[in-house]
Amino acid sequence: MAENISTWLPPGWEPLAYLVAAVLQAILIIHIFALGAVVFIWAERKVSGRIQDRLGPTRTGGAFGWLQSLADGVKLLSKEDLMPKDADPLLFRIAPYLAFAASFAAFLVLPFSNGWVALHLNVAIFFLVAVLGLEVFGVILAGYSSGSKWSLFGAMRQAAQVVSYEVPLGICIVIPVIIAGSMDMVTIGNQQRGLFTNWLVFHDPFTMMVFWVYATCAVASVNRAPFDLAEAESELVAGFLTEYSGIRWSLFFMAEYGSMFLVSAVGSVLFLGGWNGPIPIFSLLIDNVPWLADSWMFVWLANFFGLLNVLLKASLGVIAMMWVRWTFPRMRVDQVITTCLKYCVPLAAFCFLGVVFWVSTGLPFLNDLAPAAPRSTVREGWMVEREERVERTLSRLEAEIAAAETQPATVDDEPAAAEEANEAEPVEPTDETVKAGMDDADRAAAVASLAGGEQ
Amino acid sequence: MNQVASGLVTSQWNIATLGLLAASDGAINWHTLFFFIFALTACGFALAVLVSSHVVRMAFFLIVSLSAASGVMFTSGAHFVGTMQLLIYVGGTVVLLIFGVMLTAQEAFITLKTKAGDWVLGILVGGTLLALLVQVAFLDPTWHSTDYQQRLAAQHEAVTEELRQELLAGRDRSELSPETLQKLADLESEIASGFPENVGRIGLALVGVRADTTDESVGLAGYLLPFEIVSVHLVVVLVGAAYLARAKRRRTDLIE
Repeated sequence: MAENISTWLPPGWEPLAYLVAAVLQAILIIHIFALGAVVFIWAERKVSGRIQDRLGPTRTGGAFGWLQSLADGVKLLSKEDLMPKDADPLLFRIAPYLAFAASFAAFLVLPFSNGWVALHLNVAIFFLVAVLGLEVFGVILAGYSSGSKWSLFGAMRQAAQVVSYEVPLGICIVIPVIIAGSMDMVTIGNQQRGLFTNWLVFHDPFTMMVFWVYATCAVASVNRAPFDLAEAESELVAGFLTEYSGIRWSLFFMAEYGSMFLVSAVGSVLFLGGWNGPIPIFSLLIDNVPWLADSWMFVWLANFFGLLNVLLKASLGVIAMMWVRWTFPRMRVDQVITTCLKYCVPLAAFCFLGVVFWVSTGLPFLNDLAPAAPRSTVREGWMVEREERVERTLSRLEAEIAAAETQPATVDDEPAAAEEANEAEPVEPTDETVKAGMDDADRAAAVASLAGGEQ
Repeated sequence: MNQVASGLVTSQWNIATLGLLAASDGAINWHTLFFFIFALTACGFALAVLVSSHVVRMAFFLIVSLSAASGVMFTSGAHFVGTMQLLIYVGGTVVLLIFGVMLTAQEAFITLKTKAGDWVLGILVGGTLLALLVQVAFLDPTWHSTDYQQRLAAQHEAVTEELRQELLAGRDRSELSPETLQKLADLESEIASGFPENVGRIGLALVGVRADTTDESVGLAGYLLPFEIVSVHLVVVLVGAAYLARAKRRRTDLIE
C-alpha cells in the first residue's frame, strides 16, 4: 500500500507514504469498531426484541429505530465521567484503553480480502492468538482497580474463565494451520478457493466437529452469554463494568463488539473460506478469461466482493452469537469451567488427532469433489512479495538497458524510452527459476489463485 | 526528522552509534525510528516497574515494557520471536498477576516497600549482569556498526550490477545464472520482511529436522529431546501445583 501511495505524493514527500498508509489503515480499522458497534448494538436490540416477542426500538430515526445506537452514543458522550473514591486512578483510567488496544491490535493481521490486510505477517494467526489473550487484561485491571466488590468478583470470574477457554481455543486454531501448513491467514484463505466444498470445514468430519468447538470457545472468549460471567448483570450489578460510565464504558463495549466481529471473521477465514464465496464466480472468470485477470480493476472488484463476503460471514457469526445470547441461560462459574476444560478440550484434542490421521492418510472427503489448485501451490505472502520484487528489479534493469541501447546519445529522451521499454515488456510473469521445483501448470494456478478473490 | 538527525551529528554523540534515523538518501527510516521509540518505551517502563511500589501497577508497567520489547523484535523483522514474546511473557505476566497477586493478596491494593539493603543488593546484582551483557554485546565486532541497512543496500546493488552485466552480455532473462537470481531473491526478501522463512526452520528443528546444519550425529540434530524434557517438566509442575492446591482445601474440610 505504501508503495502505491508514494507514487501519488508530490516529489520529495515520498517518505511520508508509510505514515499515510499507516494512518489510513488505522482509520479504516477504527471504523470497523465504531460503525460496527453502532450497527451491531442496534441489531442486538432488534434480535433480542424479536426473540422475546417484542418489537425492539421502533421510533428513533424512523420505523426500524435505525438511529437508536446514535442516540445512545450521544447520551454516553454527554454522561459525567465518574470515578469511585477507592479506585486506583491510573489503572482505572487506563483499563478501557488496554482492552480496546488489544482488540484493535488483533485486527492488524486480519485479512479482509485476498491480500487486503494491514500487516501481512507470516505468523498472522499466531499473533492473533497471542493478542486475543491480552484483551482480558483490561477487564481484570478494570475489575481490580475499581475498588468495588462487584467489580472484583467480575474480574476473578473472568480470570477463571480465561484459563479455561484459552486451551481448547488454541487447539481449535491449530487444526486449520495443520491442514494448510501455514500460519499466514491470506494463504489459508487462498487455499480454500473454488466451490464451497473447498472450505476447510468440509476437509474431513473432524474439522466439521471442531468448527463447533471453536464457535463455543469463541463465544466464551468474547464474554457473551451464556459465558458472560464477568458482567453477569443479574448477579453482580454489571461486574467489571459496575463503576464505569460514559466514554470509558463505551470503549469497553466497542472492544466487546469488535472482538465478536473479530472471532467471527477469524472463524470465517479459518473454516468457512474467508473471502471465497460459495459459488466461485470471480475466480472462474479470473481463471478462464485472461484479459480479465490482467486488468487490475477487475481484480480489485473481485477483492471488493471478497471483502463483502468476509463482512457478511462475520456479521452472520455475530448475529448467531446474539441468537445464542438471548436463547440460553447464563452458566455458573463451575459449569463454564466444566464445559471448557472437561468437554471442549478432549473434543478438540480428539479432533486434532483425527485431522492428523486424515491428513497423513490422505483420505478423500468433500474437499475432493471439485478441487481447486493443490494446497501446496498456494505460496505464503513473503514468497509472493519476494518474487514480485525480483520481477520489478529485473524489469527495471531490462528497461534501463533497452533505453541505453535505443537512445545512446541523447540524454533528454531517456525517460520516455524507458517508459516505452516498460510497455514493450511482456506482462506475463516469467519463471525465473526461483521456484525451481514447480512445473508450469502448478505455477500458473498459483499465480492465478493469488491474483484475485472471488465470490 | 532530518533536522533532528543533523542536530545530533553536531552534538558530541556520533550519529553512527545512535543508529541512523535518516537513511543515506534522505528518506526517513521508519524502522529505525520505531525501533528507538519501542526501545525507549521498554526501558522507561522497566524503570517504572523498579520505582513503583504498587504491585498491580508494577504488573501493568511490566506488560507495557515487555510489549515494547516485542515491538523491538517486530521492527527488527523477527516476527515469530516478537509474537512469542507477546504470547509467553506478556500473557505470562497476566497469569502471574492473576494467580500470584490477586489470589494470594490479603488486602486491596497491596504495596511493596523495598528496603535500603535490598536496593543495594539489587543494584549490585543487576549492575553486574548489565555490565556482563554490555561486554558480551560489544564482543562481536560485527555488532558494533549500525550500517546494516547500508550494507544490505550495497549487497543488493552489487547483485543487481552482476545481473546488469549478464543482461548487457546479451543474455535473455531465462538464461540468467540461477545462483545470482537466488541471491537477488534472498536479498529482496531480507529487505522487504527480514527472514520469514525462519519460522518453518524453527518448527522443523523442534521436531528434529535441522535445516541450518548438515550435522547428522544422533541426538544433536534437532531440539526434539530438549523440547520433550521441558514439556514433561512443565506437566510435572502443573500436576504438583494442582496437588498442592487440593491438599490445602482438604485440610480445611477436616478442620470444619
